[in-house]
Parts: sequence; structure tokens; C-alpha cells
Amino acid sequence: MSPKNINNAENAMRVGAPFAVGLVLLLLWQTLCTAYAVPSYLFPKPSDISDSFGREWHSLFAALATTMKITLSGFIAASVIGILIAIIFVQSKVIELAFFPYAVLLQVTPIAAVSPLIVILVKNTTGALIVVSTIVALFPIISNTTLGLRSVDPGLLNLFRARRASRLQILLRLRIPSALPYIFAGLRISIGLALIGAVVGEFVAGTGGRGSGLAYQILQAGIQLDIPLMFAALALISAAGIAMFTMMLVFTRMALSHWHESELEARR
Amino acid sequence: MSPAPLTLDEPAAIAPARLAAAPVIEVLSAEKVFADGTRALQPVDLTLRAGDFMTLIGPSGCGKSTLLGMMSNLLQPSEGRLSWWRGGPEKIGARGRQIGIVFQDPTLMPWATVEKNVRLLFDLDGIPAAESTPRVHDALARVGLSKFARHYPRQLSGGMRMRVAIARALATDPDVLLMDEPFGALDEFTRHKLDSDILDMWRERSLTAVFVTHSIYEAVFLSTRIVVMAASPGRIIHEIVVDEPFPRDESFRVSTRFANLCADVLNALSHAQKPTLGPS
Repeated sequence: MSPKNINNAENAMRVGAPFAVGLVLLLLWQTLCTAYAVPSYLFPKPSDISDSFGREWHSLFAALATTMKITLSGFIAASVIGILIAIIFVQSKVIELAFFPYAVLLQVTPIAAVSPLIVILVKNTTGALIVVSTIVALFPIISNTTLGLRSVDPGLLNLFRARRASRLQILLRLRIPSALPYIFAGLRISIGLALIGAVVGEFVAGTGGRGSGLAYQILQAGIQLDIPLMFAALALISAAGIAMFTMMLVFTRMALSHWHESELEARR
Repeated sequence: MSPAPLTLDEPAAIAPARLAAAPVIEVLSAEKVFADGTRALQPVDLTLRAGDFMTLIGPSGCGKSTLLGMMSNLLQPSEGRLSWWRGGPEKIGARGRQIGIVFQDPTLMPWATVEKNVRLLFDLDGIPAAESTPRVHDALARVGLSKFARHYPRQLSGGMRMRVAIARALATDPDVLLMDEPFGALDEFTRHKLDSDILDMWRERSLTAVFVTHSIYEAVFLSTRIVVMAASPGRIIHEIVVDEPFPRDESFRVSTRFANLCADVLNALSHAQKPTLGPS
């Protein structure tokens, strides 16, 4: 086999193997629930969930759109703010020492405990949810980017300095490219966290009516004991999370594949 | 030219002609004590003259890299000073006063192609690509890497990466080339080839070179002057003039003169190590 074929076979495995595991688990789930006649208000069969999905897809997808909007807004805000904060941190050790503990504070305080406060402080509900999502997603970006911006080849830094490069040149031409693998690792963690923030925030905010997201659907379904709908909403949240994570993998590959070890597969 | 004599005499007595050449870098009682109190280098006096090929040789910790770092103005002496073209560091960089540096590692940007790596110093100076491209291509051709302009560093072998670093230093047409153990990590064959290449370029472009190395053979093959250093504390203990004409080729490596010169360097180095060999 040529290397290209091996690659294709590997890619097929990468998609096919987890898919097969999922299919087997679903079949097992369906069979067991049917065999033991588990009532669907306790633990629904996959077929119940898909029925419920078919009935409610309109409101489910509207809710998904809302949740995605909040997640992506929070993620983008966290990326921009996090990278800017990291850039400020590496400019001066004093600034980093003074402010880093507060970044940690942001990370260690449970978001579920803070979000009621945020929901009260920020009038606009969507705005409040975006703030919650941003706060949750922020820390991995700050810490990874700071680490990356500092992980510069000292020889290259010497070369830049010997050529009397400005701070801006060092930042743009050396620090940021060196930090890219770290930044992407941070973004990959953060996109999942942004989704968690969006969902947790909505649980706390508990807003009904128009423009509510998947968390609200889950709450409502729980109150109405519509367990299959709850599962359907849950499945959509997971699917959204996986989709966004995969999207980040693709971005990472696009940005790094031509040079970084982490993204290099037997190409030459 | 006569074969090089056994040179344990003072260099001034051997090569008075060299002293006529203009000083390029002068190290004036410069010493280096690091912040943690380590004395990397005792006060050193050294004059690099135009046209020299000077190697700094000595055991680890003798301060040879520190000395080179000060000469490239990347390190400041704790005491004493240096002068470049009889002036301060501001003299560096003007026309006819360019310093090129080659480090121990190739120090290439892994995210940039070979061509972009060689172009780096032009980019930092704000020179447009239209102007730098021919010089970048010339430099790549000179080190035999024209076909690899669009490759990334990780696609190249260690020797090729070092060539890229040399091309980067040469592209800006330096007058002085400072090299810190550039071939230390390479195999013997690659190293011999690159040694010859460096010597050719030094002659072609009338460069002044300072070359740090661990290898006695490399020092003798390349140099016009070998500065022998000793460790703890770092200091210069001896200087050997290599009065062998150029061009030097592989036959020089197997000549008696070569062997004698190597013995001289080895001798000087072992004198330096005596104090540290005793029970302490």
C-alpha cells in the first residue's frame, strides 16, 4: 500500500471505529430497555428519543441555535480577551505577577456559584449568558497563550535582539508564531468550556419564553416529566460540543500542519 | 610561504604583518560576572583585526561563548568595555560594518520556509521583498540549497539546517562573521565539508571571522589565530598563530604541520587543565 492509502485507511478507522461502538451501544440499549420493559418516563429507549426528536425538532433546533450563538459569542470573546491579556502579561513580569492570581481566581471559583450574580448584574439575559460563557472559557486561553508566548527559542530571540528588532516585531514575528500550538491547545479546551458556561448559565437564569436555549428545554422537559425530550436535548448539546471540537481540530490542522510536530503525519 | 613553526612564542613576534591590519573588535579588559556570582570570564584583552580567522578554543565553561556573546553585543561586560571599529556598539550595522551571527543551533523559525528564514534579517530591517529576494536567492545558491527554498526546516537534515543559518548570516553581506560552535552537533564528514565551505566564503568575501569550537582539528584547519582558553575562572591562556597559506584543502589535514599544530594546541590546553586535575 502507498502511504496515501495507509492514511486513508487510518482516517476510515478514525471515523468508523467510534461509529461502530456507538451503534452497538445504541442497539444494546434498545434491546435491554425492550426486554425489561423499562417505562420511557424512567429511562427511554433510543427509539422513544428519536420519536420525541421528530415531534419537537422545530423548537429543539431553535433552542440549539440560541445555545450555539451564546457559546460561540462567549468563545470568541474569551479568545480575544484571553490572548490580549496574555500579550500584556508577557510584556512585563510585574503585570503578570500582579494580575495572574486574579486569573486563577476566575478559574477556581465555581461558575454555578457566580452566575446568579452575573444574571442579576447584567440586565440582558443573552448578554448575561455570554458573560458566564466567556468567564468559564477564559482561563485556559490566558494560561496557554502566556506559556506559549514565553516558550520562544532563546537563540532566535538573541538573533532578533542582535538585529535590534522592536518589541512589536518580536511579538508579531516570533512570539505569536511560536505560541500558536499552545494557543490552539487552549482554544480546544475552551470551546467545550464555553458550551458548559452557556448551559450552566441558562440553568441558573432559567429564562423562559422566546429565544431560550437547550438548557431551558431540558429544565422544562424535566418539569413535565418528558424524559425522552430531555434525552433528545441532551443529545443535541453533546452533538454540538463534538461538532465545535472537531471544527477546532480542523482549524488547528490548517494553521499548524505544515510545520508543527503535533500535526505532522508521516509526510515528507 | 614557510611551514608554520612550532609556536609557543608570543604572537607579535611571529606575525608582525597582521598587526598592521585595522582593529575591528577590541576587547578591553572586559570581564563577565553573572548575576548569581559566577565568574564566567576574567578580564580579557583581545584585538580582532580585519581579515583574521580567529578561533576560540577551550574546555566547557572557559567563557568562550560568553566572550563571543560580548563581541556580538548580546552580552554586556560587567567590567571593562569593547569597541567596534574603534567606537561604541552604535558603529555596528552601518555599511561595511555588518556583523553576522551563527549560533550553536541553526535557530530557524520552524513555521517559515527556508527562503523566509533567510529573508528574516531583511524583514526586520524593513527592506522590501523585491529588494531582498535576489540576495536571499544568492545566499541560498552559495550554500547549495536553491532547490530547498520552499521546504520547511524540519524537512532538512542537521547539516542542511546549519547551511540555512549560514545563508541567513551571509545574505546581509556581513563584514564580520561570529560563529558559536556552529558545527558541534554535526557528523565528522558534514563538518569537514562545512569547514571548507566556510573557509571559501571567508576568502571570497574578505570576511573577518571569529569561530568558537571544541575541536582542535577544526581550529587548526580554519584559523589564522587560535586563542586558547581555560576554565574556572574563564581566561585566555595562550595564542597560536597558524601561518599556513590558503587555500587549505584536505591534504593540509593529513600533513605533519597540521599534526604539529594540533599538538601545540593540545599542549596549551593541557597546561590549562593541570590545576583542576589535582585533588581539591
